[in-house]
Order: sequence, then C-alpha cells, then structure tokens
Amino acid sequence: MGFLDRLMGRVGPASDASGRVAKERLKVVLEYDRARLTPAQLELIRDEIIAVISRHVDIANADVEVKLEQGGRLVAEIPLGRSGGGGGVTGGGGR
Amino acid sequence: MDEQSQRAQVFTITSGKGGVGKTTTTANIGVALARRGRTVAVIDADIGLRNLDVVMGLENRVVYNLMHVVRGVVDAERALIRDKRVPGLLMLAADQHSDKDDVSQEEMVQVCEDLRTHVDYILVDSPAGIEQGFRNALAPADRVILVTTPEVSAVRDADRIVGLVEAAGKPAPVLILNRIKPDLVARGDMMTTADVLDILRVDILGVVPEDAGIVAATNRGEPVALDASSRAGRAFHNIAARIEGETVPLMALDEAEAKGFLRSLSNLFRAGPDGG
Ligand SMILES: Nc1ncnc2c1ncn2[C@@H]1O[C@H](COP(=O)(O)OP(=O)(O)OP(=O)(O)O)[C@@H](O)[C@H]1O
Ligand SMILES: [Mg+2]
Repeated sequence: MGFLDRLMGRVGPASDASGRVAKERLKVVLEYDRARLTPAQLELIRDEIIAVISRHVDIANADVEVKLEQGGRLVAEIPLGRSGGGGGVTGGGGR
Repeated sequence: MDEQSQRAQVFTITSGKGGVGKTTTTANIGVALARRGRTVAVIDADIGLRNLDVVMGLENRVVYNLMHVVRGVVDAERALIRDKRVPGLLMLAADQHSDKDDVSQEEMVQVCEDLRTHVDYILVDSPAGIEQGFRNALAPADRVILVTTPEVSAVRDADRIVGLVEAAGKPAPVLILNRIKPDLVARGDMMTTADVLDILRVDILGVVPEDAGIVAATNRGEPVALDASSRAGRAFHNIAARIEGETVPLMALDEAEAKGFLRSLSNLFRAGPDGG
C-alpha cells in the first residue's frame, strides 16, 4: 500500500497495527465491563446452561458456546447431540 | 459572561485513571478562559494531594484553602488567590493535610454555590479514581469534562466515568483527548480520535497533542496556555472558545482529522441553563 493511498484514506494502517489492536481489545473489555460480567462468569453460565438443558435433551457439551456480543447481547449456541437430531437450538437474550 | 446571566457554570474535570492530565487541563482552560476576559475560579478538589497550585505557579501565595472555607474560617471568595499574570483567574487550593473524607458532597456544592455569583466559570479539578474525592468533585458539576489519553487502560476507566456521571443524573461528559502523538497515529500505533469517540460515544471538546513544552511549563509553574502560540497552548485556547460556544475545528493531530474529520461543537454549551 502506497503512502498516497494511505493519505487518501483508501487503505488504513495494517490490521495488526497496535492502534487497531488496542481498539479491538477495548471493545471486548468494555462489552464485559458494561454488562458487569467477566469471562470467568460467562464460563460458569455456560456450565449451568449445559446442566439445565441436558436434563431435557441430549446436547453436544463441548460445542456449547455462550458469547457476549456487541450491543450487550448474551447469545448461547447449543448444538444438540447426535441422538437428539441434527440442528441446533439457539437462545438469545437481551441485556 | 453576558449581563443577564449572573451564575457561573461549574465544570468538573475528571478522568478515572490518574496522571492523564486533569490538573494540566484545569489550569490551562482556566488561563484560556481568563484570557478571553472571563472571571474564572479553579478549585483543587484533590484533597491531600494538592497539585493545582504548583502547576499554576501559585504555591507560595496560598493562605487559605478549601478546608478553611468548608470549616467556615473564611468566605470562599476571600480564600481565592488571584493570578497576577492573568486578570480574572482565581484559584482555591486543596488542603495537603486533610483527607478526601473530610469534605462532603453537600459542602462542595455549597462552596461552588457561594462562588457562582462572583465569577463566570468554576472549574473543579477532580482527583483520580471513583471514590469519595471523585464524588465530591462531581456533586457541584453542571458539566463534566472527561480527560483521557488514547490508551486502553485510560479509555476503559473513562468509560466507567461516563456510566457514573450518567448514574448521578448529570449530562453526558464531553471529552478531551490528551497526549496525542501524531507520528504514532500516522503509523497506526496509537488509537485515533475517531477510534476513541467510537468507543466512548461522547462528544469531543478538544484534542491536545503530546507536547514537551507542557513538562517545561509545569516545571516553571507557567501553564502553556500563557503562550498561545505553542501547539498545546493553542489547543487549550480552542477548547476555551468551544466552551463559549464558538465553532473551532479540531486541531489536525491524526490521519482521520487530516482527512477532514471535523466535528463542530457550536451550541454545545449554549444550551445550558445559565447560557454560559
Ligand atoms: N499533553 C501533554 N504533553 C506532555 N505532557 C503532559 C501532557 N499532559 C499532561 N502531561 C504531563 O503528565 C503528567 C500528569 O499530568 P497531570 O498532573 O495534569 O495529570 P492528572 O490527571 O491531574 O494526575 P493525577 O491523577 O495525579 O491528579 C504531568 O507531568 C504533566 O506535565
Ligand atoms: Mg491532578
């Protein structure tokens, strides 16, 4: 990428430039801060969700994902186990 | 301030993280507003860690401090020290030997109330942190000026302040981004003003470059804004102009701004109850 491109805003600094990295890290940290959650708590929530749901249906424990998405959305991805049939059950919840 | 409005607006300068430039900002906005012909009282609310007096070079003239006023030893107006270099600039020092808990929020509100009819602006220099000292500084605020540097930890703390200011029922803070290093921004090794605004979602009041002149000025006790031709000094004069409702483009300190990323702030402060 040329100097001129950069000047004209056609391309930004490399995506691994530390300013970009700082912004991405901040975004993640602040999602947790604003939701008053920690990654460790999220892990705990994941384990409890697995415990509750597997009482009713067979799920693929290792593939269960609980994520905090931008804008304060807690999203759980819960793929069912083999015996429970192919698809997944997705549960989303607001703040 | 115009004739019809007789009550000063109180601006609290705060940051969460320590050492990002609150005291420097308070002193320099004070100088810049006074240079515009306003009467300004700057108050050091960092009780126990008094700094504002030395940054302004007024340490040898302090007779009374905030604690004397709170205890009723002297009127707030009489405790103010006049800066002889800048007519209209007045300072109330903190007490180096008291504790943040020795003052209450109500007392801080009262001190500012007493001064409101004597000056055009009151600037309160908040201590770092989010505890009692911060709460005391926040209590009298009509407006909050949030100072941060473009670093992950400082912006994270600033975000916490945004939340606490909102929780206190105050208007959203306006941001001063301090210590911007244009060369680092240009090569992508520092967050841009646009990045920080995108994350904090507040309005920008000003950008201040990293300037070795600030260190030298502080060593001498002469705020950089005394020299309006210096880069950082100019930044503070721009900020003062915006506080007074003028539209002044942000200094071009990073790529985004160089491309024309300009946000005008006209009327941001005109809307206040006192028209200040
Ligand atoms: N734009 C700048 N360029 C260079 N140096 C700066 C700049 N702004 C502040 N500094 C320096 O950074 C240091 C900290 O500044 P200052 O005391 O204003 O921060 P503070 O937020 O009030 O700190 P504290 O939280 O301890 O009260 C000082 O040495 C000051 O001279
Ligand atoms: Mg300070």
